Amino acid sequence: MATPSPPSAAAAPEVEWARRLLEGDASAFTPFVESIQHRVFQYTWLMCGQREDAEEVAQETLLRVFENFDQLQDPARVRAWVFRIAKNFCLMKRRRSVFAPERELSLDELLPGTEDVARSAQLEDRGELPEQRLLRAELNSVLERALRQLPDTYRSVVLLRDIEGLSTAETAEILDLSQDVVKQRLHRGRLALRKSLAGYLGGNGEVKPK
Amino acid sequence: MTRHSHSHHAHGQRDPRCLEIFARLSEYLDGELDEMDCRLIEEHIQDCAPCVEFLRSLRRSIEAAHTYAAQVEPSQLPPEVESRLKQAWQEALRRRKSA
Repeated sequence: MATPSPPSAAAAPEVEWARRLLEGDASAFTPFVESIQHRVFQYTWLMCGQREDAEEVAQETLLRVFENFDQLQDPARVRAWVFRIAKNFCLMKRRRSVFAPERELSLDELLPGTEDVARSAQLEDRGELPEQRLLRAELNSVLERALRQLPDTYRSVVLLRDIEGLSTAETAEILDLSQDVVKQRLHRGRLALRKSLAGYLGGNGEVKPK
Repeated sequence: MTRHSHSHHAHGQRDPRCLEIFARLSEYLDGELDEMDCRLIEEHIQDCAPCVEFLRSLRRSIEAAHTYAAQVEPSQLPPEVESRLKQAWQEALRRRKSA
């Protein structure tokens, strides 16, 4: 019952572009820049919360990446390398006052209520796939709101693992955490996300559709 | 993870086995558990409607997260920034060749 994986870092086109850039192939420059700018912007957009900050961090990251491009030993690791740089810029930039104070999510508060099972079964009986019921834009908007509600420590792990498709080991390296801590934060972040999304996707959470 | 006889959710109370499973569902879905732990989870959920439903809803939300794309796009890089990036790349390549 494994989940379909997000685009894996190993198969990412940035790996091939980085390899070509290391060989001096100028035709890889623009696609690499556009892709990295987009990915870093998406990460910082959700971590910094301000468009200007996200734009600035994406540009600073790209500049640092190219200034140190001769130090990239293994193109397969380019995304982890880039995100580590982006994470550091993001930390410097983040306006913490915008966000809720850091807190730990306990497993207890994320447990499903047994009373929700009947409602959940009703949702299942509709026989509709979530994708058929929701417009993509609406789902994205709901996801964005749910992701922003996560405490920073969980949000960064969920973004890197489930949205960017990086591995547990890469995420641990980027965030300076042990792999066990990454797994724990990913699980709690996912549970909180599940609870926020349950009203939209079906399930036994508590949030109702808008 | 320990194995228990099965009589659960009596009077709406949470079964301790569900709590054990609950804590490891992400690792299960990510294929990060060993065969024995996977088997114990699968044996339990075969017969536990709340766990089956919880696993489904967790899986749905993870799959939804995989599809996320920011609704705002970054602005196009100004030409002077792009020139700076290209220059930095070319200088890095020169250093790499001379190293």
